[in-house]
Amino acid sequence: MTALDERAGRADETSGPGEEAGATAEWVPVCALDRLDRERGVAALVHGRAVAVFRTHDDQVFALDNHCPYARASVLARGIVGTRKDTWFVASPMLKQPFDLRTGVCLDDPAVRVPTYAVRVVDGVVEVGDRLP
Amino acid sequence: MSLTTPTERRPRVVVVGHGMVGHRFVQAAIERGLVETHDVVVLGEEPRPAYDRVALTSFFEVGAEALSLLPGGAYDDPRVRLRTGAEVTGIDREAREVLLADGTSEPFDELVLATGAAPFVPPVPGRDLDGCFVYRTLEDLEAIREAAGRGRPDGDGPARGVVIGGGLLGLEAAHALLQLGVDTHVVEMAPRLMPVQLDDAGGTTLVRHIDALGVQVHTGIATTEVLGDAPAEDGGRVTGLGLRDAEALEADIVVFSAGIRPRDALAREAGLETAERGGVLVDEQCRSSDAHVWAVGECAAPAGRMYGLVAPGYTMAEIVVDALLGGPGAFTGADMSTKLKLMGVDVASFGDAFATTPGSLELVFSDAVGGLYKKLVVAEAGPDADGAPQEGYVLLGGILVGDASAYGVLRPMVSSGMLLPDNPEELILPESRGALQLGLPDEAVVCSCNNVTKAGILTAVSDGVDGEEPCEDVAAVKQCTKAGSTCGSCVGTVKTVVEEYFASVGREVDRSLCEHFALTRQELFDVVAVHGHRSFDDVVAAHGTGRGCDICKPTVASVLASQLNGHVLAPETGALQDTNDAYLANIQRNGTYSVVPRIPGGEITPEKLIVIGEVARDFGLYTKITGGQRIDLFGARMEELPVIWRRLVDAGFESGHAYGKSLRTVKSCVGSTWCRYGVQDSVQLAIDLELRYRGLRSPHKLKGGVSGCARECAEARGKDFGVIATEKGWNLYVGGNGGATPRHAELLVADVDTETLVRYLDRFLMYYVRTADRLQRTAPWIESLEGGLERVREVVVDDVLGLGTELEESMARHVEGYFDEWGATLEDPDKLARFVSFVNAPGMPDPNISFSTERGQIKPSTQDGPVDLGATIPVGAAR
Repeated sequence: MTALDERAGRADETSGPGEEAGATAEWVPVCALDRLDRERGVAALVHGRAVAVFRTHDDQVFALDNHCPYARASVLARGIVGTRKDTWFVASPMLKQPFDLRTGVCLDDPAVRVPTYAVRVVDGVVEVGDRLP
Repeated sequence: MSLTTPTERRPRVVVVGHGMVGHRFVQAAIERGLVETHDVVVLGEEPRPAYDRVALTSFFEVGAEALSLLPGGAYDDPRVRLRTGAEVTGIDREAREVLLADGTSEPFDELVLATGAAPFVPPVPGRDLDGCFVYRTLEDLEAIREAAGRGRPDGDGPARGVVIGGGLLGLEAAHALLQLGVDTHVVEMAPRLMPVQLDDAGGTTLVRHIDALGVQVHTGIATTEVLGDAPAEDGGRVTGLGLRDAEALEADIVVFSAGIRPRDALAREAGLETAERGGVLVDEQCRSSDAHVWAVGECAAPAGRMYGLVAPGYTMAEIVVDALLGGPGAFTGADMSTKLKLMGVDVASFGDAFATTPGSLELVFSDAVGGLYKKLVVAEAGPDADGAPQEGYVLLGGILVGDASAYGVLRPMVSSGMLLPDNPEELILPESRGALQLGLPDEAVVCSCNNVTKAGILTAVSDGVDGEEPCEDVAAVKQCTKAGSTCGSCVGTVKTVVEEYFASVGREVDRSLCEHFALTRQELFDVVAVHGHRSFDDVVAAHGTGRGCDICKPTVASVLASQLNGHVLAPETGALQDTNDAYLANIQRNGTYSVVPRIPGGEITPEKLIVIGEVARDFGLYTKITGGQRIDLFGARMEELPVIWRRLVDAGFESGHAYGKSLRTVKSCVGSTWCRYGVQDSVQLAIDLELRYRGLRSPHKLKGGVSGCARECAEARGKDFGVIATEKGWNLYVGGNGGATPRHAELLVADVDTETLVRYLDRFLMYYVRTADRLQRTAPWIESLEGGLERVREVVVDDVLGLGTELEESMARHVEGYFDEWGATLEDPDKLARFVSFVNAPGMPDPNISFSTERGQIKPSTQDGPVDLGATIPVGAAR
């Protein structure tokens, strides 16, 4: 597992010091926008957390915590992306609960919400920032 | 379960006769709980359990097994015991036991006679000659088949056969002869065919149809004797039939079908009262002159009259079960309406078909060229339920020949008291089916076989029956009310009633896939085929709205895959896939995947087994043998999948598609190669079929099985398609599954060779892939087709839609275009790029995944929340 150790260290460097949600954290570049397929997600390691980053058909980019509160597993990046009326959502790949990409709220149970993160695209690179309140 | 002391014996119900009605009695006894208090013993005289005698003529096409009402050969209830080949010779009412031909006896507390009827053979000279038959049991048909196979004694052409009797059964028998290639005549004493059901004009129309099929009909002619080459006692054989006032007919086969007589000899000898015209005399509860002896079906004569149809028999069976449970049910006569297809000709007769009611009028539509005859008998309406006078007509009965599609709507209108529309002739004019959406009254009996009223159907869809959830569709209604499940003639009406109900409560019977597509999967399949769409974007732009969802995207992906044979992870379809298809593996509880290499037919070499073992050991995977005769490797992290598959593909494995809505496995037994009982090489066929259909994307997962003999060790009938070897070839069964609602597959075709088998399977699977709903397995799909399994047989075997070649070509394209998805993925850097834990830390194992150990192997651990590594990253997950 030595090779993995080295790479983990690299991930550590880019993520910077771990900070509490809501505190000012630096923007972490995760990948080139081109690396994101439309209507699919990828998982990224940001500030020590697994974050699911999605690109919609109209090229908006969203970031949610990767953890599905129903499945209790880190899987949301692997869900299918679609719309309900005009709302973009991802369906958890385990039991298909839909989460609003903008707010993280479960469309079938507004009491359940997964954390969302600030996200931006700078010079063709996707960057994830603070966890949003 | 209650404890029973040895002295406290459970009361015993003995049923004599295991025909359709005896079987129905047992079913009702089980369903309605009579077996909670009583043991049931059924004594069947025939060597096999009850079978569908109504469909006897189809025996030559489908074989005995397809007709069986109890394919397992025994009831799935330990409190019911069935003895076949058990001939009852007497009833000892004093000792309360029945005596059997083998010298044994069966004690009873309650005795139910369901001995049925026997064919009536008129006392004409020569009726015992070799070559004379009756038409009642499978054994009779076997004997007729054998005689037909001998042809004419001079070897100069096919055998010549005469059926005596042109009633319903006689025409069935003529149909059977015709199927056997016999030169067929029908002799009827009455001036027309089906004299009980049809009037002269109807009979004449029917004769024209039957003539056209090559059967010669002689009406108004009496038989005087059967001619033979020697007396019967000297082994004489039939040579012809002597007729009154007509020239004799040459014949090698004579089938007597001149009516039936109740088999009441046991009752008669036991001193029970019988009716003047035969039959055990019973009261409204079907109780004989002995309070503990009952009679049901054709051997019974409620109020002195016997009923030669199955529906009244079913009703009687239900009534006796009801009576034994202390219920008030009573038999007060039966609807003798008949609808059937005779040699492909629709014939129906219902209500007062002969206009015997004083003041009745007849409305007739007749089209000699088209072979149609339709008659309605109507009368002026009397006062309504409140005594107010009514203007208009009510329907009393009718006859339909050539087209009986209106039967389902017309029959319930009889005696419902509802007024006919202003132009009642509209009801029988051709092409008037659309106009028949009439509101039936609630008490109208929609299914006469199972006595289900419109109200009964409405209850099933609105409130549910017996505490069950309300039915959501016609298939569920059929299952819970039994409406439409016997002869099937009312299914269209059941459907209309259900749809009208849903419309009335504002609930659209919405078969749209989801909010993005107002189409069913089948419609989607068709538009994709017609327009040649190649991507979801094209499909949603042309036929949908929005950007899709987790329902429609995988469905479109499946439809595209069925038609294009592309890689499921191609750029146009990659984003449409559920995670299992997206990563070509099955996601498990903690976000890891399981890996299933294909092991065709379950056959594997030791070398390959060792490779699987080594891979599992090297990657620390949990291993388990699956139900489909292969090996599942659990706990692979997504980023490990390509490395694992590199090893497997290099060793000659390919994707097992365990993750896809596609063919999983074709399970087999070792077959004739090793097994001393095997009659065909089931392993070879299973391998061939698995390799042929591997990768076929379908509405739901598909499973197959092949057994090398009737012992069925491969459990093929629990699969979507099951093949069982016979001495002569293969039997093909379709529509089985395990799971929450297990179903046995039903026989589609018997004794076919391998080439024919594959052709029918190609057609069957493609027909399913094209027309089934999303996530609809083969069993509910077949159920949803109008006509059910019979419809599948028409399309697949008889090719009535002329689709056979197209379906086969479509399958041929699939077979040619097949490639291993995993092998192709490993060669494609773009596709492999997705198999990383984190896009910005591709080698970092996801710390949210952890395992513990159980019974020497890993198992997933769940975590309450996401792992927050914070500043320090503990490297290497616990594994």
